[in-house]
Amino acid sequence: MKSYLLPEFIIERNEERCIRCRVCERQCAFGVHYYDEELDKMFSDEEKCVSCQRCVVFCPTNALVVRPNPSQYKLNYSWNREKISDLIKQAETGGVILTGSGNDKPYRIYFDHLVLNASQVTNPSIDPLREPMELRTFLGCKPDALALKINSETEFIPNVMIETPIIFSALSYGAISYQAFNSLAIAASKYGTLFNTGEGGLPKELRKKYGRNAIVQCASGRFGVDPEYLNCAAVVEIKIGQGAKPGIGGHLPGEKVSYSIAATRMIPEGTDAISPAPQHDIYSIEDLSTLIYTLKEATNYEKPISVKIAAVHNSAAIASGMVRAGADIIALDGLRGGTGAAPKIIRDNVGIPIELAIASVDKRLREEGIRNRCSILAAGGIRCSADVVKAIALGADAVYIGTAALVAMGCTLCQKCYTGKCNWGICTQDPYLAKRINPEIASRRLLNLLRAWSLEIKEMIGGMGINAIESLRGNRDHLRGVGLHEWELDVLGVKGAGE
Amino acid sequence: MEIDASKLTQKELNDAIMDCMHSGVKKIILRNVYGQRYIGTRLYSPNNKVEIEIFGTPGNNLGAFLDGHRIIVHGNAQDGVGNTMDDGVIIVDGRAGDVVAMSMRGGKIFIRDSVGYRAALHMKEYLSKRPVLVIGGTVQDFFGEYMAGGIVILLRLNLGNTLHEANFIGTGMHGGVIYIRGEVERHHLGKEVGVSKLDEKDEDILKRYVGEFAHYFGMDKKDIIKEDFTKLLPVLKRPYGRIYTY
Repeated sequence: MKSYLLPEFIIERNEERCIRCRVCERQCAFGVHYYDEELDKMFSDEEKCVSCQRCVVFCPTNALVVRPNPSQYKLNYSWNREKISDLIKQAETGGVILTGSGNDKPYRIYFDHLVLNASQVTNPSIDPLREPMELRTFLGCKPDALALKINSETEFIPNVMIETPIIFSALSYGAISYQAFNSLAIAASKYGTLFNTGEGGLPKELRKKYGRNAIVQCASGRFGVDPEYLNCAAVVEIKIGQGAKPGIGGHLPGEKVSYSIAATRMIPEGTDAISPAPQHDIYSIEDLSTLIYTLKEATNYEKPISVKIAAVHNSAAIASGMVRAGADIIALDGLRGGTGAAPKIIRDNVGIPIELAIASVDKRLREEGIRNRCSILAAGGIRCSADVVKAIALGADAVYIGTAALVAMGCTLCQKCYTGKCNWGICTQDPYLAKRINPEIASRRLLNLLRAWSLEIKEMIGGMGINAIESLRGNRDHLRGVGLHEWELDVLGVKGAGE
Repeated sequence: MEIDASKLTQKELNDAIMDCMHSGVKKIILRNVYGQRYIGTRLYSPNNKVEIEIFGTPGNNLGAFLDGHRIIVHGNAQDGVGNTMDDGVIIVDGRAGDVVAMSMRGGKIFIRDSVGYRAALHMKEYLSKRPVLVIGGTVQDFFGEYMAGGIVILLRLNLGNTLHEANFIGTGMHGGVIYIRGEVERHHLGKEVGVSKLDEKDEDILKRYVGEFAHYFGMDKKDIIKEDFTKLLPVLKRPYGRIYTY
């Protein structure tokens, strides 16, 4: 069938600059570039291009430009180009449209409508370069009251210490390459923070070295979950949902289940790894409590148990139930949370923005007097250190970063993760592509990211006159809204700028 | 070592069991168990394996994540027996509730009577780790749902000549094998499973595990095995491979 799709991108090759070195051809797993020997000329198959910009970056003579194809249908705000293209794809295949990374639709990004405070005259600001500044964060349940007596009655529930309130979010080995997974583990352990294994298990050889920096997931497929996996970790996370695909399961296609992925997930090579939509032992808050305590039992009550949900309409009420069920950490993944593969229709239409979810969950737990019993981890659309500060001021304890970490390693958000052909070596199991990530270099890039953001966070909170990130948590007085409606300010619990 | 569970909370009981294991006790007898959950779950210990004999009714998630121990229940068990169990043996001399052997990855479970919904859900296997579940009675709907590996044997010893009532057997199944004693009507099966003939290997499997089952509950293996079995296999390893665009 002749495809009616317009090529999405256009490739411009400056013939004067091109030296026919064929680097572009070797770099592209999608097979866009090819060399014609007779004509001694490079050509490109533009229909195959995903605009990952790998060839552009690696072209030694800067001969390439890849940009959106300017051809367009007659301008139509309702039937825009994306809607028409998606419909054509479905008419030609009859299938569900897959995509990768986070929601790219123009929903309001509340972080961009919140501004931070700074001290002027009445309260001195603090210079983090010369004064102690604390970003250390403790994740887990805190006691209701402290009895300050030796041999006191206060029962301390295990907490996990992180040196900066930034954690790498769930990126499974399988979704990403071993090299990329390893890079996250190295960076987390070097900086003193955590990485999350996702549902792909934790390869045995990494358990001893990086287990204590790992959040291991127990998700609906229970892949790679064994007693050692649970016990080697810092935190065990029950994954209920994911911001990019709330309410639906996952599906790692058989062709990606290679020998070593099979060993880590503990399923036969080449079979589909299907994660059911719900966890079938959890149909209620009571059942959730059963699994939380099963995991506490399985880890001898030594580790905080996290429960991750997608931010949805009733998150606040659900979160309250989760805390009462025994969750020590609540992870909220918002509308813009990323994924290795999800139906586009789900990614783009289901869930609520993380900013509103943090604010409403934090408020609800405070009102009920149980906020101390859990830490809140916010995920989904954290792009810079200011987003971290704003998320914490809205009520989070720390944030998960997924896409940001991938970008640090080379990702350019082409959203083709689900094809397994990632030219940057991140979202692929092809050894030829995966070796493009050198864990030593990639982990250094991740460490740089953590360092840079942490420095910026210190500058921002120092400017507010705060010297510990703890004092910022839920401190909405340091936020003001710009260009927001009253209901939005109300949900966020912040005043308008100037108020 | 004997423990009287009648006045112990779930956590106290499991504390006591763990202490026993760490002090080197190899066999622990629990009396008057009355709904205490997670028995056996906390016993993560690569080199230390124990046998726990339970009198009474253990609560949910008995032997969840079980790390190679042996649990014998003289009575009924509740939901989640052997949930995500890694290795070991669980023998229930009675019936069990829902999601028995959910996501089980290794070891063996024998239930004398019937079980509830979604038994053997998403059981999986890897190389030599091949979980086995034998159920003496019958099951309810969604038996073997999403099954990705392992061996499940259903004996329906308490049904007489009547057929199973469970629907959606093996829905989404993409690995492993289910043997059902007697016949199953097609409309009780999920669309992802097919019926196939037993070969010699299957006979060996049945002899071995039905034998073990009969041995535990004092039954006659030959009596059980002489009837024909239906073998259910997944039609495709990849039931959902073709629902996406490129």
